[in-house]
Amino acid sequence: MLTQFFFRLRDGGLKPSITELLTLLDVMKSGIADNSVDNFYYLARATLVKDETQFDLFDRIFAAHFRGIDDALNDLATDVPEEWLRRQAELMLSAEERAQIEAMGGFDKLMEALRERLEEQDERHEGGNKWIGTAGTSPFGAYGYNPEGVRIGQQGSRHRRATKVWDRREYRNLDSSVELGTRNIKIALRQLRKFAREGAADLLDLDDTIDKTARNAGFLDIRMVPERHNAIKVLLCLDVGGSMDDHVRICEELFSAASSEFKHLEYYYFHNFVYESLWKDNSRRHNERISTTDLTHKYGADYKLIFVGDATMSPYEIVYPGGSVEHWNEEAGAVWIQRMLNTYPKSIWLNPEPESRWDYTPSIKMTRELMGDRMYPLTVSGLAAGIKKLH
Amino acid sequence: MSAQKFTGTSSYIVTDDLMMAVNAAVTLQRPILIKGEPGTGKTQLAIEVARSLDRPLHEWHIKSTTKAQQGLYEYDAVARLRDSQLGDPRVHDIANYIIRGNVWDAFDCDVPTVLLIDEIDKADIEFPNDLLRELDRMEFFVYETKQLIKARHRPIIIITSNNEKELPDAFLRRCFFHYIKFPDKKTMQKIVDVHFPGLKKALLKESLEAFYKVRDVPGLKKKPSTSELLDWIKLLLAEDIPPEALRENASGKALPPLYGALLKNEQDVHLFEKLIFLDRRSRSQ
Repeated sequence: MLTQFFFRLRDGGLKPSITELLTLLDVMKSGIADNSVDNFYYLARATLVKDETQFDLFDRIFAAHFRGIDDALNDLATDVPEEWLRRQAELMLSAEERAQIEAMGGFDKLMEALRERLEEQDERHEGGNKWIGTAGTSPFGAYGYNPEGVRIGQQGSRHRRATKVWDRREYRNLDSSVELGTRNIKIALRQLRKFAREGAADLLDLDDTIDKTARNAGFLDIRMVPERHNAIKVLLCLDVGGSMDDHVRICEELFSAASSEFKHLEYYYFHNFVYESLWKDNSRRHNERISTTDLTHKYGADYKLIFVGDATMSPYEIVYPGGSVEHWNEEAGAVWIQRMLNTYPKSIWLNPEPESRWDYTPSIKMTRELMGDRMYPLTVSGLAAGIKKLH
Repeated sequence: MSAQKFTGTSSYIVTDDLMMAVNAAVTLQRPILIKGEPGTGKTQLAIEVARSLDRPLHEWHIKSTTKAQQGLYEYDAVARLRDSQLGDPRVHDIANYIIRGNVWDAFDCDVPTVLLIDEIDKADIEFPNDLLRELDRMEFFVYETKQLIKARHRPIIIITSNNEKELPDAFLRRCFFHYIKFPDKKTMQKIVDVHFPGLKKALLKESLEAFYKVRDVPGLKKKPSTSELLDWIKLLLAEDIPPEALRENASGKALPPLYGALLKNEQDVHLFEKLIFLDRRSRSQ
């Protein structure tokens, strides 16, 4: 049974090793799971998954594999407390409904149905209006089903028992493939820090050692210095206006939070695409601009250039002189970005649009080609991949 | 061995999943890696495990300059060199210059111990790799004295990480893993209960409400965590603030009293004030 589960995990994209499987079997043999499925789930997770960003994936595979098995396990118990029987009844019910859910197809729909089922359960078991009043609106309305995460089974312990832990998908927020937001900003920040920092090693300061030893009347006096701190310089160009504002805010937060790790961090803004000038202060964008040529002269080639933008616009704005929506540009955006890329060989473009939509928007495709394929989605894993490219 | 089980202590609440993970590590005598938001009690866990299982605790706090070797032992070559120049007789025995590290101490103890390796992610990226054999076989070799140090009793090794660096696979495969997620209201109530047993129900309810409201504010740089909540309640008690005052504040009229314990970032305080202001304005309209 576990071998099958093991391969299912591997097929699903997790990478548990044989040693880890053996460890799990060892733990099971030691009997601390106490024949409880919940405990088995906890142990399997602690043994096989070593990254909280993969908990959600694990939960999904676990749910798919062990659907219904816990009912069978419950039957094995000889001395069945009354509460267990009731619980089993709930589970039987859910099995039927789950079949329906499967027929409905689609995981989001499944989550939706699960939520409905939970509401139903409340009514059935709590009787009066006590629960419906609150559970019906506040938990599900407020934080029941929204991008912040599915928090089914928040209220009341009986509820908790009825829904299985892995079905609650509490680790969804930690999934590294979701869009960057305030929730996972910390993880993204760590990616950036990794980029900015290198291992701290001690070096022998030869000159100082000779000097101090001489002063010490020939007795050896060894002097060490910490290795020089990394000196990464970043030039950040952000697309502002319209749909981009939210993403820009997150990006700014992200980079400014990591700014102490960089030697220099400079921000500039553009609208839709880069042309002959950029600006630093969005409220005075029409007065205080820096010309792109000046920019490339001011910041040397050792800067790493990061664009953040959705690159979604009319293709004219990229390839034609005068294509800009805001002003008359003598030279096309494509020319200007090429100049910047010539100056900064290390550059990437971060795009908040979902990667799946890139191929359908001609301007994204063009920008991507201009960037030499160095366009990455604005997710934690996209950021990680992009940063790798900057090294 | 399996008779010993960790079920939390009078001052530390564990969730079921954490309990299972710790007990698995205790039973199989393998290291356990704990991750989670700062302030959710990762380091505290080791202290409480040691206390509840009645074992001595060895703490090894990792800094960015820490080397794996320092946990095992250090050979103080500089001191020996100095001694040789000064003609000290100690210089003839190299063992005089071997300084034991925390791991050695933990291995060499007469009774089973708990070893805490705190914030392993702070160290150099190669650090965990250098400890593979030590964690797996619980032994290491002292080259200078040609001595094999083997653990007399395999210690319970608890490793914490704040996720600043990714840890190598080979290292992870040797550990159990647990991610302490932020406690829900119910668990939090239990946690507060064990820390402030005599706390008035009303104050507890209101303070938790206010606390989760602050946590729910979008865009906070540093969300307050469990340890901050506990500090805050301590202050509330010390200042003898009535629960009614909290309710008024929780409904969005002003900052909660003594907010300095919850919000530790100036920008966060500003953001919070701004939101309260907007909220008040929308209500008055």
